[in-house]
Amino acid sequence: MATTDIALHQDSGSVERKRVVNNMSIQVATVNGSGSQSSNTVLLRSIFQMGVPVSGKNLFPSNIAGLPTWYTIRANKDGYIARKKEIDFLIAMNVETAREDVMSLAPGAAVLYDEPLKLDALRSDLVFYSVPYDKLVAPVCPEAKLRKLVKNMIYVGVVAKLLDIEMGEVEKAIRKQFAKKVKAANLNLAAVQAGYDYAASSLTKRDPYFVQRMNKTAGKIIIDGNAAAALGCMFAGVTVVAWYPITPSSSLPETLIEYMKEHRVGPDGKATFAIVQAEDELAAIGMVIGAGWAGARSMTATAGPGISLMAEFAGLAYYAEVPGVVWDIQRVGPSTGLPTRTSQGDILSTAFLSHGDTKHILLIPCSVAECFSMAQDAFDLAEQFQTLVFVMSDLDLGMNNWMSDPFTYPEKPIQRGKVLTKEDLDRLGGFARYKDVDGDGIGYRTLPGTPHPAAAYFTRGTGHNEHSQYSERPDDFETNMDRLNRKVETARSFVPAPELMHGDKAKIGIIAYGTSHWAILEARDQLRNEYGVETDYLRLRAYPFSAAVEEFIEQHDRVYVIEQNRDAQMHSMIKLDIRPELVTRLRSIAHIHGLPLDARSVTDELMSMEGK
Amino acid sequence: MATTPTSTPAPKTNRIGLTVLDYRGGKTTLCAGCGHNAISERIIDAMYEMGVPPERVIKPSGIGCSSKSPAYFMSRSHSFNAVHGRMPSVATGAVLANRRLIALGLSGDGDSASIGIGQFVHLMRRNLPIIYIIEDNGVYGLTKGQFSATADLGSKLKTGVINDLPPIDTCALAITLGATFVGRSFSGDKKQLHAMLKAAIAHQGTVMLDVVSPCVTFNDHEGSTKSYKYMKDHEEPLQDISFVPSFEEIDVEYDPGTTVEVTMHDGSRLRLSKVEEDYDPTHRINAIHRLHEAHDKGEVLTGVFYVNPQAPTFIDMLNMTDEPLATLPESAVRPGREVLEQVMEELR
Repeated sequence: MATTDIALHQDSGSVERKRVVNNMSIQVATVNGSGSQSSNTVLLRSIFQMGVPVSGKNLFPSNIAGLPTWYTIRANKDGYIARKKEIDFLIAMNVETAREDVMSLAPGAAVLYDEPLKLDALRSDLVFYSVPYDKLVAPVCPEAKLRKLVKNMIYVGVVAKLLDIEMGEVEKAIRKQFAKKVKAANLNLAAVQAGYDYAASSLTKRDPYFVQRMNKTAGKIIIDGNAAAALGCMFAGVTVVAWYPITPSSSLPETLIEYMKEHRVGPDGKATFAIVQAEDELAAIGMVIGAGWAGARSMTATAGPGISLMAEFAGLAYYAEVPGVVWDIQRVGPSTGLPTRTSQGDILSTAFLSHGDTKHILLIPCSVAECFSMAQDAFDLAEQFQTLVFVMSDLDLGMNNWMSDPFTYPEKPIQRGKVLTKEDLDRLGGFARYKDVDGDGIGYRTLPGTPHPAAAYFTRGTGHNEHSQYSERPDDFETNMDRLNRKVETARSFVPAPELMHGDKAKIGIIAYGTSHWAILEARDQLRNEYGVETDYLRLRAYPFSAAVEEFIEQHDRVYVIEQNRDAQMHSMIKLDIRPELVTRLRSIAHIHGLPLDARSVTDELMSMEGK
Repeated sequence: MATTPTSTPAPKTNRIGLTVLDYRGGKTTLCAGCGHNAISERIIDAMYEMGVPPERVIKPSGIGCSSKSPAYFMSRSHSFNAVHGRMPSVATGAVLANRRLIALGLSGDGDSASIGIGQFVHLMRRNLPIIYIIEDNGVYGLTKGQFSATADLGSKLKTGVINDLPPIDTCALAITLGATFVGRSFSGDKKQLHAMLKAAIAHQGTVMLDVVSPCVTFNDHEGSTKSYKYMKDHEEPLQDISFVPSFEEIDVEYDPGTTVEVTMHDGSRLRLSKVEEDYDPTHRINAIHRLHEAHDKGEVLTGVFYVNPQAPTFIDMLNMTDEPLATLPESAVRPGREVLEQVMEELR
C-alpha cells in the first residue's frame, strides 16, 4: 500500500501540482452550537457513498454553544481511517480560531474562508478560496434566523465543486440526513447548490485534492461506537440497565432505549427490560449488581469519573461474585480533565478497581464491529465468571462515526453460567456457593426466588467460607482469595484472544489496543514503505492476558507498547504479567493530549527510539 | 386399654404448611438485649402468619449492626449484605430483575440517614415495591457509639458529648418524597410492630418503617433519647393498629366512628383505631405536619402516619412484562435476524 504519495509541496501558485486523489483530510473549524454537524455528516456521507473509505472525527469542547469545534473528515483510498496529523483542506468558519487554524497548516494546504475575514493576507504558501457566505445565503434562505444554520450547507456545495464530489450523492446524503423533513431538505439542498454554483462561476481550482468514485464502501454501514455497543447489548439479551449521564457515554444508554423500545417489547405490549436513570454512578452500579445477583443480564455505561465512584461496589461484585457489565467510554482524566476528548487512561485503575486484591476482566474493542460483538462476550463472561466485566471503549470510538462491514448476527447461544435450578437442587440436596467443584475457580450459584428450601445463601462482602458463612479464619480467607485468583487465571483462555498481524521476519514487535489500532495499521505501512522496517503487531483485546502475549514478547528483540495515556498503563500491566527476563524487551510509546492517535507520530517516535 | 402409641402433636403450620421454625435464621451475634433482635423476631412472626414463602423473600442490607441482622432470621431467603448506605440500589436492581421477589430491606440510621441518604431519598421517590426497615438507635454501634443523623438535639453520648444538630426525621422525609406506607414503631412495642409488619407485607409499593431500636451498649443511658426508658416514657402511639389479612375469613365488627379502615391492594384491611381525633392516614400534608408538631412537643410519635395503597409502583411505571426479567428465555431477549438486517440497512 502506498503511504508516500502525498502531494509534493510545490509553489501553491502552480496549477501543475500533482493530483491527489482520495487521500486528504478536510477540517471544518467552527463554533459549537452553530449547527455544522448536519453539514459535516452530509459531506462525510457523500464521500462514503462514492465508495471512498472515510472517517469523521469531532473534536468538540465541553460546552453547549460558543466554543471552538473542529470536525475532521479523512478520505483515504487505502482505507486508513485514523486521524491524520496534517490538515489538507481547511474550512475556516470560526472567527476566533481562524488565524491560528491557518497558521498551523503545512504549506500547500487549501483554505476556504468567509470573505470578510481576509485570511489570504496571512500566508502566501497556501491556496485560499474566499466565499461570501452572507451574500449567498440570503437569497436561498428568506428566514433570517435560519441563516446561521443553512450557511453551513454553502460550504458543502463549494467543497463538492472544488473536490469533485458528485452532487447526486450530496442530494442523497441530505435526503437521508433530513429523512422525513422534506422542507428542511429542500432548503439545505438549495444552499448547497448556491455554494456549488458560486464555486463554479467564481473560484479557480488551485489545490491538488480530488474525490473520485471507487468501490471500497459497498455494503458498509456508518455508525458510532456507542450505538454499536447499544445494538450489541440488545442482541446480547440485556435485561436491566442502570445509568447516569456522563460524557462521552450517555449516548450509549440513550440509543439503547430507542432500540429497545422498538425491538424488545413483547407481544403483550410490555417491555422485556428495565432501564433506569439512576441518581448517580454509585446507584447505577448498585442496581447493576443487585440485578446481576438476582439473575438479570445487567449493565451500566459510564466514563472515568463514574468508574472512580463505582470502585467500592466493584470490589463487592468481585468478592461476592456477582455478574454485571460496565461500559467505560474513556475520556481524559485525571479529575474532570478533558471531558470531551479521548484517552486510554482508565486501563490500569479499572483492571484493579477497588481496595484489597481485586482484578477485573477488561474487554477492549477497537472498532464499532467489536463494540457490537464484545457486548455478547461481556455478558457471557460476566455470567460465566460471576464477576463484573468492563468494556473499555473510548470517546473516539464511542462518539465518532466509523464505517464498518455490517454486523453479523450472534450465532452463539446466550451463556448463563453455573446456575442451579430447583431441579438441580432436588437432585443434589444442597450446594456450597463458593466451592470450587470444577477446578476452574468458579462456584455454582442460585438465583433468589428459586423455590427450594436449600436454594438460599448469604451474599456478603465480609470474609466467608465455601458455604458463604461469615468467617474470619485465616485458612478460609486465603483459600477463597486463591480461588478467586484461579478464576482470573481461567479467564485468560476465555476472553477474546489478541489479534496477531505478522510482517516479514520482523524483529520488532508492536503491542497496542483499542482505537490506537487504526494509527498502528497505518504506521506499520509507513515504517515499511518509508524506512524498510518490518514489524509484527499484537492487538490486545482483553485483560487478563492470554499466553499469546508472553509468547509474542519472547519472539521479538524489542516490543513497543503503544497507548494513549501518560503513564504507560498497559506497559506496566504487561510488565507485571510476564517473566522478569522479558521485561527489558519492552519499550513504551505513551502520550495523552486529547486527540486520537495518528500514524505519523507513532512512526516518528518509534524510528527515533530505534536510533534512526 | 390404650395400645396405640401417643403421637406427638403435629407442629402448628401456616397457610402454606410451614412451621415458624422454617422462618428462623442463624444465632444472633448482636448484644443481648439489642432492639434489633426483637425486630427480627417480629419479622419472623409476621412472615409466618402471613404465609409468605421464604424462598420468595430477599433480604438486602447495608452495613452496620442493623444490616447484619438478616443473618438472624429467615435462612431460607437469599440475603445480600452489600456496602454501606447502598442497600436501596442493590434492592432496586434485584426487584427489577425479578418482580416476584418480596424485598425486605434492612438498614440502620447511619446507613440510611447519613452515608446512604442519597439512595434513601431516591428509593422513596420511585415507590419501588419493598419493605424498608430502619433499625434506628441514634448511634453507630459497630464503630463504638458515635452519633448518627437521627440522634435528637440535646441527646447525650455515654462520653458526655451533647448532640447539637437537629435530627433527620426519616418518616417525614419518606412521606415528602413519595413513599406510600410510612410508619414508626418501637422494637419494644411487640403488638404495634407486629401488626404494622403484617400490613407492610400486604402493601404494594414502598413501605418505610423507622423502628426505634435501643442500642444497649452505646445508647441506653440517662440522657439518651433512644433508650428503652426514654421510649417507655415518651412514646405517643397515634393509633391502635390491627390487621386483617385478605385470606382470613373471620371478621370482627369495628366502629367506623372511632376506627379508620384502609383496604390494602390485596384486599386485606388495616384498621387504625383512633387515639387522636380526626387523624387521616391518607393525607400526606397532615401527616408531615403532625410529625413536625411531635418534634416540637418532644414526643416520639409512633403508628402508621401515611398510607396510599393504590399508587402505581416503579414496576408499573416501567411497563415491565409479567415474567421475571432474570429468567426470560433467549427467544424473548434476543431479537431475530430480520431486526439486525433492518437496522443495518438503515445505517447504510
